[in-house]
Amino acid sequence: MKILKLPKEKLDLFASVVQQFGELHAPVEQDGRYVFKRLTRWSDARLEYDRTILPPKKYFLPPREALFRYRPGEGFVPNTDGLDQRIILFGVHACDVYAINILDRVFAGKYKDPYYQARRKNIAIIGIDCLPDKQCFCRSMRADFVDHGFDLFFYDTGDYYQALVGTALGDDMVLATGNLFEPVDAAEIDDYKRRSWNKRRAFQVDVEIRDLPEIFEMEYQSEIWDELGEKCLSCGSCSMVCPTCYCYDVADDVELGSRAGKRTRLWDSCLFASHALVGSGENFRGSRSSRIKYRFYHKQRGFVAEYGRPSCVGCGRCVSACPVHIDVVQVIDRLRRVEDVASR
Amino acid sequence: MLLADEVSSHHPVLSDNPYQPHMARIVRIYKMVENNHLFTLRFLEDHLAHSFRHQPGQFIMLSIPGAGEMPISISSSPSRPEVLELCVRRVGRVTNALYRLRTNDVVGVRGPYGNGYPMQEIIGNDLLLAAGGLGMAPLRSLLWYALDHRDKFNNITLMYGAKRPEDMLFREELTALVDRTDINCLLTVDADPSATWKNHIGRLPSLFDHAKIDPMRTYAAVCGPPVVYKFILQRLLELSFPKNHILMSLERRMKCGIGKCGHCGIGYKYTCLQGPIFTYWDAINLPEMI
Repeated sequence: MKILKLPKEKLDLFASVVQQFGELHAPVEQDGRYVFKRLTRWSDARLEYDRTILPPKKYFLPPREALFRYRPGEGFVPNTDGLDQRIILFGVHACDVYAINILDRVFAGKYKDPYYQARRKNIAIIGIDCLPDKQCFCRSMRADFVDHGFDLFFYDTGDYYQALVGTALGDDMVLATGNLFEPVDAAEIDDYKRRSWNKRRAFQVDVEIRDLPEIFEMEYQSEIWDELGEKCLSCGSCSMVCPTCYCYDVADDVELGSRAGKRTRLWDSCLFASHALVGSGENFRGSRSSRIKYRFYHKQRGFVAEYGRPSCVGCGRCVSACPVHIDVVQVIDRLRRVEDVASR
Repeated sequence: MLLADEVSSHHPVLSDNPYQPHMARIVRIYKMVENNHLFTLRFLEDHLAHSFRHQPGQFIMLSIPGAGEMPISISSSPSRPEVLELCVRRVGRVTNALYRLRTNDVVGVRGPYGNGYPMQEIIGNDLLLAAGGLGMAPLRSLLWYALDHRDKFNNITLMYGAKRPEDMLFREELTALVDRTDINCLLTVDADPSATWKNHIGRLPSLFDHAKIDPMRTYAAVCGPPVVYKFILQRLLELSFPKNHILMSLERRMKCGIGKCGHCGIGYKYTCLQGPIFTYWDAINLPEMI
């Protein structure tokens, strides 16, 4: 992989040059928190943010997206609005890039989702490294570093950013700046290693995931699920803010006074009461405890069976979004009874 | 709005879109049983009508414009192509919209989806089909596939139970099978108030008394309401059926049919991809299944 460096004072210049590749979006401050948003000016970007309210999945799987328009006589005509828009997401953290790589696998496979694929192709990602706060457990989830899925990835190593070039597009971005980027030398590689070590030591939360699928199997009947079911409000906030939750609902609407209409998909959550409800009225997960168990089970155990790793990346968003303070780390710790385990 | 021909035909959303419903005409609506009609569809595009191939046990996603999309198992056998037969019970919003349609109206179809019955495994063995009520809908595809390829199977037994004779799906064609000597067709009803029923009367499991079953060389395809699974599974296990020779067809909420929308998840499997045909062994390992 090509590794270069960019002096920090030249970042503004880089940002202005890179706009020729697409509309620039980055974390900006909003009511004391951060959101990914189109930049009106570069100085609005907050590259030292903790986490955005919604993860970047909103760009690839929009909260509401028209899939088809229906016209009598024409049938279902695919909607392509917005799919070819070129966007640059600037300042995506490693865990969020990792999450997009996970979504890539879900929306590929035998049946590729062409809407997701089109957006993924047209949205460039410039990642940026970060230091963990008290909610981050990406290291436990092996998502604190990412080796693909970005076009460029910046590491803050003091006076400059070290830049990993991930794709040909990323390379074009570098080249378009003329000679802003410089080669790195051995001492600077050591700067990177030092930062990496410091980051590792900064984590305050750790969960062990190695035999988690087995633990989940063994604790399937645990009373924890009933307790959580009592507590959970089924609001779905954790799903909305989760960078890897991809469940969606599909709704057909008819235009007033005509037989034409459109088919829209919308974010959904397995915590909503209707998630497993079928036409006859039977609900395969009617109780809240069965739904919250399913959410944990699918993320931490089911995904391992399907894709070889949990779909959780440890971003900590669900912990702060939950109105009743259900904390995934505490749940896993309780399932493992870590207080009994001498190693912790 | 961009029309299809205004954009490059190579755009994946337009040319290779797994969500694209293909329009099909309702050729026939047969009122088999009150609120359990059999809909026969044919694709408007000839090449789709010719090329559509499915496995017994697979399903399609059926779109009723303006109402929505739902998974429906295919009741016709792949050995009888060109049209699709769907046995649909009128229960919810989308099925009600389907029941408002008439012959020659168009609907959307995409698929086929799901694993279907493991035909390569079943072929060469005995086949037991056990259904209750609406459970005959997916099993009928397997039944006619087996009868149309009769030489590929050993003994074939069908056990089907309904509440009353007038509730029995596919009643005419199934009663016509009773006289056939290449299948043991056992039909039963719980009650026969009109006293016209010439077959068995009694609960579905009582039909085991009339069947000769060798569990070691039989695959059992079971479908029906929970009570059917409960009692049929119990009998099959008493007969020491291998757990992976018991095949069940499951129903779940689905919005995509292709493993994306998340609704049909059971434990860590998706009914639309790894199902809807699951073995009893799967069911033991995925506690939510039955």
